[in-house]
Amino acid sequence: MSDDTRNQMPRNLMPLWEVFIRPRTGLAHSHVGSVHASDEVMAVQAARDVYTRRGEGVSIWVVPSASITASDPDQRDENFEPSASKAYRHPSFYDIPDDVGHM
Amino acid sequence: MYSQGLIGADGRTVEDEEFLTRFQARIDDEQKIEPNDEMPEGYRRTLVRQIGQHAHSEIVGMLPEGNWVTRAPSLRRKASLLAKVQDEGGHGLYLYSAAETLGVSREQMTEELIDGTAKYSSIFNYPTLSWADIGTIGWLVDGAAIMNQIPLCRCSYGPYARAMIRICKEESFHQRQGYEIVMTLAQGSPAQKAMAQESLNRFWQPVLMMFGPPDGESRNTDQSVKWKIKRFTNDELRQKFVDATVPQAEYLGLTIPDPDLKWNEQRQGYDFGPIDWDEFWRVVKGNGPMNRERVAARRKAWDEGAWVREAALAHAAKRQAQAAE
Amino acid sequence: MAGRDDLLALLLRIGDDHLILGHRLSEWCGHAPMLEEDLALPNMALDLIGTARMCYGYAAEIEGDGRSEDDYAFLRDGTDFRHILMVERPNGDFAFTILRQFLFAAYMHPVWDGLTGSTDARLADHAGKAVKEMAYHVRHSGEWVIRLGDGTEESARRMMAALDELAPYIGEMFESDETAQRLVTAGLLADPDAVRATFDGTVSRTFAMAKLPSLDVTAGISGGRTGRHGEVLGHLLAEMQFMQRAYPGQTW
Repeated sequence: MSDDTRNQMPRNLMPLWEVFIRPRTGLAHSHVGSVHASDEVMAVQAARDVYTRRGEGVSIWVVPSASITASDPDQRDENFEPSASKAYRHPSFYDIPDDVGHM
Repeated sequence: MYSQGLIGADGRTVEDEEFLTRFQARIDDEQKIEPNDEMPEGYRRTLVRQIGQHAHSEIVGMLPEGNWVTRAPSLRRKASLLAKVQDEGGHGLYLYSAAETLGVSREQMTEELIDGTAKYSSIFNYPTLSWADIGTIGWLVDGAAIMNQIPLCRCSYGPYARAMIRICKEESFHQRQGYEIVMTLAQGSPAQKAMAQESLNRFWQPVLMMFGPPDGESRNTDQSVKWKIKRFTNDELRQKFVDATVPQAEYLGLTIPDPDLKWNEQRQGYDFGPIDWDEFWRVVKGNGPMNRERVAARRKAWDEGAWVREAALAHAAKRQAQAAE
Repeated sequence: MAGRDDLLALLLRIGDDHLILGHRLSEWCGHAPMLEEDLALPNMALDLIGTARMCYGYAAEIEGDGRSEDDYAFLRDGTDFRHILMVERPNGDFAFTILRQFLFAAYMHPVWDGLTGSTDARLADHAGKAVKEMAYHVRHSGEWVIRLGDGTEESARRMMAALDELAPYIGEMFESDETAQRLVTAGLLADPDAVRATFDGTVSRTFAMAKLPSLDVTAGISGGRTGRHGEVLGHLLAEMQFMQRAYPGQTW
């Protein structure tokens, strides 16, 4: 594929949906992949037929891929590095003698 | 080295030395590259090509096996084969999804497949002539695919690696399904055993070709290994495959059609005879026995499905318009 | 009272309906209008083939003469098959396939629902599974019927053509005979009036959303339950039974 064909989308593009599956009750939905579908009802059915053929789930969410707002990768350092230096948020930061027992 | 290229899904940047070094350092550190991350255009293009070819192979791969779904000799085999071919469709879908994170649509990739510009695994340009071929494909073609695919689970590009993990998990039944079919034939009547041997004879060389041209002739290998898109070279994988397969054939009492095949004690591997690379290139360039029919079948499905997809979109548009009123 | 022969007849009717329709659906494998549907159609086909295997396996046990599920599928000739004619019709386009799937599932769902209370424990047990499968088939194919019926001009035209093609085969689903009557009396099979009422409700709700005309079920083409099939069946069997016929008595 040449670079300049990348943004020439063919007509009648099927919308893309991100699929989230709850593997069993008690667990959160997690992202498993995506499907193409004309609308949300067909997207749920497609997700069921594609991603739960081996009993992988008990509940499905679909979200239009275009609706997802992601953090900017250029801001990764400013977003996520500041928390790395705050070890006092973690239990291992504090010294408690073993004699005290589990805490 | 300077080159102007597209970065990630939609950004543009200058690939200067510093950028490329930083990128390579991430790769060397076994960090995964994710869709929005900066990446050299060559890396992106290599992935689009490789994932696209891989996806097309799964989709075209539905056809030779689908050819026997309606003729499977027992209900048990029919159900397994249908589930397997369905899996191939699923794997194509996961892979198209992975490629879509790089900014190409499934529709674009499909157009390239049906206009004949995209490549797919040459093995699917061979016909399935007997029921034994269904066993052979599961045993050898899926076996070879697994050899290729397991290292890809550790590929540096996150979405591809995740798709491959799912695929490898699902594929684990495919090879066993195939081997069981061949085993049943090999232990069956003389006619069945002959069917299995004849199939092995036809598929052996094309299967060895699945790993691609010899390392010396493969122009993509070096850079792909450096970027950890590929973890082993074509010849390394081919050798692993032969070493794994020979004992499996011996167990079945089938003969691998290669007079030069013999154990090399020193190398602790099998030596095998020359591969007909002229045939490989002939098939890759479009003149395999089934190239035209395979592409035509996909084109037909896509063209004949157009009105269905249009109707679904038109219905969705109507509903949206109603909701807006 | 319904006897062993009636139960056998019932198993072959249900088994053959499911096998032949499953076979037709499996012909789509790799040729669907979109990849998602290449996964959806085999899911439905596998449900249908699974039920056929249950029916044949059970029939083989009842007959007790050493036959296997495969003997029923691969070694009977056309006139011994007992499915309704609709399921053997060639696939046509996606509109025809999906509308047939919808009509069959809309019929079979209440049949299985009734069978969950069957006096035959084995059937009742399988019905618990099959009723859920059919509920999904109704939903999946029904959503397509709505989109194709109320999509584009072309899709609406194709749906109307499919309906015209299928209409004469719908009445056969609700025909009764002495066997069926004995099965109902014995509590082995659901009341056909109740099945019909549920079918009518499902179809009219979906057709209204699909902007399709209301269904007028009249006596049409029939004969499947007595083995009088269309010419297409012979070709279907020639393909499906090829291996068992070409290599008799082998294990596969």
